[in-house]
Amino acid sequence: MSEPHIETPEQLDEANARRADVPIPTGPATEEEPRSGRPADPDALLEVDDVTLRFGGVVALNSVSFTLRKGEIFGLIGPNGAGKTTCFNAITGVYRPTSGGIRFQGESLVGKKRHQITTSGIARTFQNVRLFPEMTALENVMVGADAHHKTSVISALFRLPRHWREERTGRARSLELLRFVGIEHRAGEVSRNLAYGEQRRLEIARALATNPTLLCLDEPAAGFNPAEKVDLLNLIKKIRDTGVTVLLIEHDMRLVMGVTDRIVVLEFGKKIAEGTPAEVRDNPAVIAAYLGVPTDAA
Amino acid sequence: MSTANGKTNGRAMRGLFGRQPVAVRVLVMVLVAVAAYMLPYVGSIPLIGPQIITQGIDWPSALFNMSYYVLLALGLNVVVGYAGLLDLGYVGFFAVGAYCTALLTSPDSILKTEWAWLYSIPIALAITMVAGVLLGWPTLRLRGDYLAIVTLGFAEIIRIVATSTDILRGERGFSSIPHPPGEGTDGKPIFGVADATPYFWLGLTVIILVILGVRNLDRSRVGRSWLAIREDEEAAEIMGVRTFKYKLWAFAIGAFIGALGGTIWAGNQNFINSATFQLQFSILVLAGVVMGGSGNIAGAILGGALISYIPDRLRGIEAGGVDLYEYRFAIFGFAIILIMVLRPQGLIPSRRRAMELKDREKEVAPQ
Repeated sequence: MSEPHIETPEQLDEANARRADVPIPTGPATEEEPRSGRPADPDALLEVDDVTLRFGGVVALNSVSFTLRKGEIFGLIGPNGAGKTTCFNAITGVYRPTSGGIRFQGESLVGKKRHQITTSGIARTFQNVRLFPEMTALENVMVGADAHHKTSVISALFRLPRHWREERTGRARSLELLRFVGIEHRAGEVSRNLAYGEQRRLEIARALATNPTLLCLDEPAAGFNPAEKVDLLNLIKKIRDTGVTVLLIEHDMRLVMGVTDRIVVLEFGKKIAEGTPAEVRDNPAVIAAYLGVPTDAA
Repeated sequence: MSTANGKTNGRAMRGLFGRQPVAVRVLVMVLVAVAAYMLPYVGSIPLIGPQIITQGIDWPSALFNMSYYVLLALGLNVVVGYAGLLDLGYVGFFAVGAYCTALLTSPDSILKTEWAWLYSIPIALAITMVAGVLLGWPTLRLRGDYLAIVTLGFAEIIRIVATSTDILRGERGFSSIPHPPGEGTDGKPIFGVADATPYFWLGLTVIILVILGVRNLDRSRVGRSWLAIREDEEAAEIMGVRTFKYKLWAFAIGAFIGALGGTIWAGNQNFINSATFQLQFSILVLAGVVMGGSGNIAGAILGGALISYIPDRLRGIEAGGVDLYEYRFAIFGFAIILIMVLRPQGLIPSRRRAMELKDREKEVAPQ
């Protein structure tokens, strides 16, 4: 789908308003999908199926299910402590679900090692920026690019042709990605010296360097001013246009509404709504969760 | 932006030397290497020479001692400096290397193979690398202090096994371990007992090869992976770095270099027994790495050389009727404390390491 380029927060609001006007052909957002025996969605990229995650007595995720389709920007929202990041961590292998399944391109991710999940095509950023602080921006991205490299310790030791070839292509690709996110001029700078916004962009470049099919962004706009948010939103669209599916955790409702194709809302580890931004925005349960209105009063 | 090209990588990480053209850097390195080979003759330099050379131990022997300490420091630097794994049992690998050579070459050995020294080396290196992997496999899931304790235990196990098993002959040890091969033009063996200079040259040559190898690794995806692991292991893993594999490699490479030191040392000493491989040896080498500058090749070399040179230099010096050598560890300890107070990042620190240290200081005391 093509959308007008958004440059100001006002335009962003307009775009949101336009989206709300579009009639939605799908059913009500609260409709439960049948859990078992569900026919495989041919467009499904990531299937989170009835995932429960407990830490001792705390249920961080309670039977959460949703499906990401190829090429969409999918939002995961909810109040603080709703389990959004936990959900991310379950997908990227940081936590292992207590029960339920996660399938990526038809293959189960549960029990896979983290680096295997990354090489299979899922990349992520972190809520609190976690770069390698003493490495240069370029080196940070090159660590991501190394994920698909085959240079062995032996060929690095003796500088065999493969080492040179992969260093060269990895460096070129990393520079290209730094240009893509707009911080190419900072390539040689140690990443801890970058400005906060540049660090966030660098994290995205590092994640993209692993050649992901699915990019998970954990609150990429945290701490951004409105202008920076708009830039980020355009970057996310640019990433989607290169064919990468995006899973986005975000607090800022305006940003989420402006960029996502579909949204899942979590509260206290449970999915309370799913649908297009317009559907979700009008969903009483979501309004209650965000504004604290008792559900029966809404 | 046209300013950004491949050459910007690491610009901020390089010092004065790193910014010189390649030809200048190579020339300086060659000159340094040549100077290192000339070290046995440093005593003939007027005025300065006699101050440098040792008195209580002949200068070539002191140099050879330095060479295997430097080798060990380089190996431990890979484990501690690059991969950030605190290994307190590094002497264990040195011991495994030396014992493999002894078992294969000494007539005292139960194997009765009595190989030449040279042939024992590949086997010793391979077995020690396997030992490194065997130690690393179960223990590298641990981090920080816990790993340090386990490796400490490993070195003690090696020493105690060597003391108490018949095959390894305990305190009786192995004698008549052959010297390295080679004959001079006069028909005398190059590696004899009288002059340690050839051993130093052998050690130096091995050191240069090790430096080249370690440097190649550091400037490749392997070095990047180690650095990423050191800075944020979880983030590294999520970025696709096979952390366990690279930590294991760091252990194996460290073990390999330690074994090199062990075999050369056994070839020089002629005799080894279990009393040699004391725990303090590990601590000393670690002190050398930290003192010199962890994570930096030049730092490890300087640190390794100093931990051997300082005590040797104190030999045979009398001050006020006491032999200073008796107080070598006290003096040495004082020197280390002094260096750590004045220069906690080490004498020649890695730039990254120095920054990491500064960051941690800020974390401890904000503002």
